[in-house]
Amino acid sequence: MRDFEYEAPTSLADAVGLLAKSKGTARPLAGGTDLIDHVRTGRLVADLIVDLKKIPELMVLELNNAGLRLGAAVPCYKIYEHPGILEQYSAISDSSNIIGGMQVQNRASVGGNLANAGAAADSTPALIALNARVIIAGPSGTREVAVDQFCTGPGQNVLEPGEIIVELQFPPRPAHSGSHYRRFIPRNEMDIAVVGVGASVVLDASGENFVSARIGLGAVAAKPFYAQEASELLAGQPVNDETIQKAAAAARAVVHPITDMRGTQEFRTHVTGVLTERVIKKAVERARG
Amino acid sequence: MATIDEVKAAEGSDEAPKYKVIGTRPIRHDGADKVTGRALYGADIKIKGMIFGAILRSPHAHANIKSIDTSKAEALPGVRAVATSADLPEPGDKIAELGEGAVVLNHLSSNNLARTKVLYKGHAVAAVAADNLHIAQEAASLIEVEYEVLPPVMDVLKAMSSDAPVLNPDVRTEEASTGEKGDKPTNVAKHIVFEKGDIEKGFADAKYVVEREFRTSTVHQGYIEPHVATVLWNNDGQITVWTPTQGTFSVRSQMAELLHVPLARVKVVPAEIGGGFGGKISVYLAPAAAVLSRKAGVPVQIVMDRADVLQATGPTPGSFIRIKMGVDADGRLTAAEAWMAYEAGGYPGSPIGAGAMCVFSCYDIPNGRVEGYDVCVNKPRTNAYRAPGATNAAFATETVVDELCEKLGMEPVEFRLLNASKEGTRRIDGVTYPRVGLVETLEAIKNSDHYKTPLTGKNQGRGIGSGFWFNAGLKSAVTVTVNTDGSVSLLEGSTDIGGSRTGIAMQFAEAMGLAAEDIKPAVVDTDSVGYTDVTGGSRVTYATGWAAYEAAQDLKRQIVARAAELWDVDPAQVSYEDGHVIGPDKSVCFKEIAMELSTTGEPLIARGVSNHNEPGGAFGTHLVDVEVDPDTGKVDILRYTAAQDCGTAIHPAYVEGQIQGGAVQGIGWGLNEEYWYDETGSMRNANFLDYRIPTCYDLPMIDAIIVEVPNPGHPYGVRGVGEVPIVPPPAALEAAIYDAVGVRLYELPMSPPRVLHELLKKES
Repeated sequence: MRDFEYEAPTSLADAVGLLAKSKGTARPLAGGTDLIDHVRTGRLVADLIVDLKKIPELMVLELNNAGLRLGAAVPCYKIYEHPGILEQYSAISDSSNIIGGMQVQNRASVGGNLANAGAAADSTPALIALNARVIIAGPSGTREVAVDQFCTGPGQNVLEPGEIIVELQFPPRPAHSGSHYRRFIPRNEMDIAVVGVGASVVLDASGENFVSARIGLGAVAAKPFYAQEASELLAGQPVNDETIQKAAAAARAVVHPITDMRGTQEFRTHVTGVLTERVIKKAVERARG
Repeated sequence: MATIDEVKAAEGSDEAPKYKVIGTRPIRHDGADKVTGRALYGADIKIKGMIFGAILRSPHAHANIKSIDTSKAEALPGVRAVATSADLPEPGDKIAELGEGAVVLNHLSSNNLARTKVLYKGHAVAAVAADNLHIAQEAASLIEVEYEVLPPVMDVLKAMSSDAPVLNPDVRTEEASTGEKGDKPTNVAKHIVFEKGDIEKGFADAKYVVEREFRTSTVHQGYIEPHVATVLWNNDGQITVWTPTQGTFSVRSQMAELLHVPLARVKVVPAEIGGGFGGKISVYLAPAAAVLSRKAGVPVQIVMDRADVLQATGPTPGSFIRIKMGVDADGRLTAAEAWMAYEAGGYPGSPIGAGAMCVFSCYDIPNGRVEGYDVCVNKPRTNAYRAPGATNAAFATETVVDELCEKLGMEPVEFRLLNASKEGTRRIDGVTYPRVGLVETLEAIKNSDHYKTPLTGKNQGRGIGSGFWFNAGLKSAVTVTVNTDGSVSLLEGSTDIGGSRTGIAMQFAEAMGLAAEDIKPAVVDTDSVGYTDVTGGSRVTYATGWAAYEAAQDLKRQIVARAAELWDVDPAQVSYEDGHVIGPDKSVCFKEIAMELSTTGEPLIARGVSNHNEPGGAFGTHLVDVEVDPDTGKVDILRYTAAQDCGTAIHPAYVEGQIQGGAVQGIGWGLNEEYWYDETGSMRNANFLDYRIPTCYDLPMIDAIIVEVPNPGHPYGVRGVGEVPIVPPPAALEAAIYDAVGVRLYELPMSPPRVLHELLKKES
């Protein structure tokens, strides 16, 4: 590990300025649970690390009629300990609860998890299911990207040099809605998703029919993605095993997994269907209250 | 969890306890330091003036080294020394006995710093010492190595084929029975054959024959503490090594051989050790640190990171095993045949010999044949891991046994009781068992609450497996000093990886009629105690315990002689019993006589040594309940009971700890642990995230049943304990998975993708 510069600006403008004008490799740091490991093991050689945790905009956590605003550097524990998020945006609460162990959750942020653009990131399928928008600040101002458009490949995203994620914005939750994120891991703890599925459903007042649904899949392609066909198949359909199995089959049909040390192509494909079914059922249960 | 003792106590046994100290559970002497974080482990060692080393490792699995240019590293400010294999003496073709078997010095030396070839990814190529670790690492990255990359040989069967690239040009196939060597370079370093009876007749007499092929993956011991060595090569030529190791004297021998210095010039100081399991016997860092220290003139410390530990130390081999077994209509085994190939890693030396001896060790089989091969592949040089070679073998044999039981419609416990090895059984490799306790472990399982409680849930299953390990004797030495107040300091050379300090002190205390707390045991350096072999082979409580027993006899003789002199009586009229020296007209307790003797004569010092090799083989039988998720292939363990013949349990809590720890490692090996290689021969999961050791969330409480069949070959009946419990778990889990969901797994680990694959295959 080489020496590097460390800055901890207190304003968004300063942070963007530092990152934009850096000539070497500059990396933003939120929780640091991935970044520090990367620097320590030499996968990343940084010249400048800009700590974002002192910037108020990145620590926003606001839930009201307009929806949820989640600052990019808010640590996981603040998310899963928030009763409103647990109730209305359960999927992101589920994700925050299983990223790393407790020490990691005290530091790691959902914004950082998204920015890393890992195919197996635990929060991204939940963000996709909950239809989050990514608010980005950079040298040429602020822009907004739908979360399912944010990752572009393994470890790659739409951020331009000098840009950082400021916050994630979630639309308000309709009545009779529920969401869930679940992953498959070979152990029961301390593991990384072999398949991850996030789903959000909106039911009608009877609770017997899907109004709409969104399914996000992780660890089964080069990047987490929105399973559009599977999601749309549920809209207007009755809540029953057959409908859910159809959606699961549609999800299974769109994955492009690899075989690696975490799982085989066959396994990931099959388990995508299994988890999609289980996750939709749990989301329905939550929507029904 | 109840031990046999507690069960007996609860049942109101009127049998008087045989021992006063043995069988009790005193607090361990090293406990306070360990639970408060004060214990000094390898990386806690800080020596004045110490600098830090880093190792440059091969990025290739198999390559010739064409050149190494260290000039840029040497020029980096802060760098104090650079070393390559050129700095180690030419090892020649010497074979040395280094604590755990014979070692070809050229291989050991080249494993520490590669000479002409690199044989696995992570193979050490050069070393740098610098003012701090970051400079050392930066400098290592500046060393330019020109490689000629060769095709990696990763599969044991492919490595055996005649057209496979050969890793070591000096390796010839050695016939184990004759010692004769082949005439062509090969990857097959050894060929073993054991035979008994008439195998063709045996299979002809069988009603059912099952033959299966098995594969197991390379797995690592997974100790928490990475390897570390701190070495000072002093100006006067004295070398001091501070390191956590299973064998200080083995490290001393390795250093002396590799550096061509006399043994007396090397002192090895043991740090506390954060796990070893067989993997902390070979040296990996100390020779390089020594050379760097000689060059730099100051102590050098090198610490591995986790990736180094997994990629460049000594895991246990992956294997290919074919097993064929036959039974008659009554369920008696008539014949068994095994063909086993173990991956040695880059250099020869897999535990194929032990595997071949263990493969049918649990059964009385009239006709058998075992063939074994030690095969080099481009993976790290394998090393001992808890009952080395036995777990692979038991997985294969016990799975075939489970299938035979199914064909016979016989309860697996009953089948094992009928065919179990017992006193007088002759193993296929020729050894005849003394009194052993396999039957007793089977009966203990049969009588357990676990066995008597049926499973009721869907997708749940139960499996059983047995296992064996030889245990070892070898040499140990103990020195005892009686202090002037009657307290006792006990010096030993067995580094303590499982509570052995206390187990040894207890045996000494028992022999002297003292309390365990009266004895202060200390594990000391190689200058401070007599030669002691490695902490391995489950030998320490047996052999160093015996040395402590002998030291007690020595001390008692001295006390009796000197008391007789003091009291002016015939020594024949004086005896030592139950903590007292007894004369014709008086009885004085140990403390009093110790104080008196200290003030009236020379210091009271005793010694004990042992070199006995009747450690008594030990057996274990495990019972496990699992639930399998039929949609994902994930196996959850519901309940686990392990019964083991431990001989006399000196400290039952540590015995239970060993059984539990071994079972957990076996469970990890069975379900998820594996070296996952890509096509270039690069291990892709060299970290504890993707090399999946079970966590406490993945395990139920392991119920340990201590079965005590005393070893007739030890004063207190001790058998080794530590290794047996890793042997049965994969086999027991396999049987349980089959019982739960009806698929057989012939490959380890039985990870969710493998189980699901079999489930999907069965469905279609």
